[in-house]
Amino acid sequence: MSVEATEPRADDGAPGDAAPLVEVEHLKVFFGIKQGILVEREVARVHAVNDVTFSVDEGETLGLVGESGCGKTTLSRAIMRLIDSTEGSLRFRGEDVTKAGRRQMQPLRREMQMVFQDPFASLNPRKRVGQIIGMPLRLHGSDRQGVEPQVRELLDKVGLHPEHVNRYPHEFSGGQRQRIGVARALALEPRLIVLDEPVSALDVSVQAQIINLLDDLQDQFKLTYLFVAHDLSVVRHVSDRIAVMYLGKLMEVSPAEELYTKPIHPYTSALLAAIPIPDPRENRRRERLVVSGEPPNPINPPSGCVFHPRCPRATQVCREEEPPLVRYPNGHLAACHHPLNVSDAEIRDAARDPSSPVSAGDSLPGTTADAA
Amino acid sequence: MADALLSVEDLRVSFATEEGVVEAVDGVSFDLAAGEVLAVVGESGSGKSVTAMTLMGLTRSPNARFEGTAQYKGTELIGASEDELRRVRGAEIAMIFQDPMTSLNPVQRIGKQIVEQIQEHEGLPDQQARERTVELLERVGIPRARERVDNYPHEFSGGMRQRVMIALALSCNPSVLIADEPTTALDVTIQAQILQRMRDLREETGAAVILVTHDLGVVADIADRIAVMYAGRIVEEGTLDQIFYDPQHPYTWGLLGSITRVDKPRPARLPAIAGLPPSLANRPQGCHFRPRCPHEFSECSKVPPLEAHVQGNPEHRDRCWLSVDEKLAKREVLPGEIGLASKEHAPA
Repeated sequence: MSVEATEPRADDGAPGDAAPLVEVEHLKVFFGIKQGILVEREVARVHAVNDVTFSVDEGETLGLVGESGCGKTTLSRAIMRLIDSTEGSLRFRGEDVTKAGRRQMQPLRREMQMVFQDPFASLNPRKRVGQIIGMPLRLHGSDRQGVEPQVRELLDKVGLHPEHVNRYPHEFSGGQRQRIGVARALALEPRLIVLDEPVSALDVSVQAQIINLLDDLQDQFKLTYLFVAHDLSVVRHVSDRIAVMYLGKLMEVSPAEELYTKPIHPYTSALLAAIPIPDPRENRRRERLVVSGEPPNPINPPSGCVFHPRCPRATQVCREEEPPLVRYPNGHLAACHHPLNVSDAEIRDAARDPSSPVSAGDSLPGTTADAA
Repeated sequence: MADALLSVEDLRVSFATEEGVVEAVDGVSFDLAAGEVLAVVGESGSGKSVTAMTLMGLTRSPNARFEGTAQYKGTELIGASEDELRRVRGAEIAMIFQDPMTSLNPVQRIGKQIVEQIQEHEGLPDQQARERTVELLERVGIPRARERVDNYPHEFSGGMRQRVMIALALSCNPSVLIADEPTTALDVTIQAQILQRMRDLREETGAAVILVTHDLGVVADIADRIAVMYAGRIVEEGTLDQIFYDPQHPYTWGLLGSITRVDKPRPARLPAIAGLPPSLANRPQGCHFRPRCPHEFSECSKVPPLEAHVQGNPEHRDRCWLSVDEKLAKREVLPGEIGLASKEHAPA
């Protein structure tokens, strides 16, 4: 089979100077841990999202990847304004929504929708499919008669039979339920859909169907996706750019394909190496690089680079100074004192990116005395 | 197989449900040799977990019916009494479950849970059983095992709990370890650690492993042989390389084709298997994969036998009516082949 080179994601005519759809600036989400009888005192804070800056352009898919506890779900919920942020700012379509209340969010809600991980828990078992998909339409002003034809059309769009409008969720398989979740998200013709691990609960053969469906719908409706995933395998097929998170911070942000051929951060490289390759011969050849240890407690994150306790390349500087997000060619950002896969020239031209956390130091790779 | 440690013959498991009789396992046969890793691969509802749990007597219920045999070192497991099973379970055949959060007793210290199993089977005095427990925990890679032996499950992370499960499973030196999706609930970096530990332990203990999984990446990492299950039947069985590089059943092609690979360029579109797995209460006649198979023809309304078709490879068996040549021709036009090297494997 002739392997078609990687498909360039069509950026069909998206105006380059338009403001991004979602802008997140130095966002922090901390959860207080309270203790005490009668008088509760905050005794510690979970640093779930710890100074994250990025933006998502209209029509783009940003993959947000990290292991459990890295803050990816908290971040996506903060963007949806389902939880409040502690610090930083959040803009949607240029409008500041950092502290937006119910009333300010109401008109924006129809432009941002969510698809959840568990297709069994995210659909009300007592409601018919028609009611589930029709609910957002009703809430935003459609009348009962007007809703049903729209629901049927939506079912058809996501590859389900329009006749199934009167069935209950339990009559569908996991993959079909996820299609119902997608139809519900599409109902109000949103601009942004946050997909929180939309295929991790599905069988592999069905995963591919849903990914392809999401891909088609994006082209058809010019949707913007924030695709949250726990590993790097599935997210690649939908993303234009991928952001890798670890312990509340961004480790690397890269054009999608480049992340797989040229991971700069050792954590990304470890994530890639950890994915077993379904090719026994390749597996036998492959050098195994198993990262030891487990993610530390986000209540008390390590000093310097948060990945340093598990990093094979860590040196003194990593323990002492938090690395800034450094900009490399192609808009590839990485927060590492000892980057991989970059040439000396690229290191010389690299610069501290303004999206770096405030607490990060200024030293760029190659300028520190103890290079790896 | 003469040297089979465990020999399953025509195993059938059905459950009476409100929707009718569900044949979860429909005539499964396989042999497990000492020290080998057999991966049972399939999607939800393929019967892979029911097969594994039936061997341990864990599917017994008034609504369940069993047929066929499963011989472990000459002992019949299917009709065995609870007393007989107790002697086998844990001591001879041990199991690791998918979810390390729910398969340990939350109100008992982990050390106690392991000590209990050792004492039940071997009657060791407290101190000795405890020493062995600490050793086991060290062997599965739990740091500061001597202190942590008295911790409760909730004080461990998911990866560490799965290590405790493995220690528990290995505590009586079983000859067969059944691992049901042992790494599915874990993060990739932790999965890699657990898989490496399982590989090491297998070298050290020589236990045979039945690995039940849907993840072909994990399979490629650790298995010697593979049985691919679909809707209650084994549709293809062979060595690791036979299944990956010379797959004979169209379902196996689809399964191999639909996995994503991070080490290869991204395909324009992910190859997917059309349709959905059949409901077990209402399966198609003949080949169960027929409604989803792009190569279906008239023969497929009859159940294909599980037979060897590839010359010179008697251990490579599949359930498909297509001839080897037809398969070779049809397989090559498949999109998104995953490392298929059909040409070099083609029979001369």
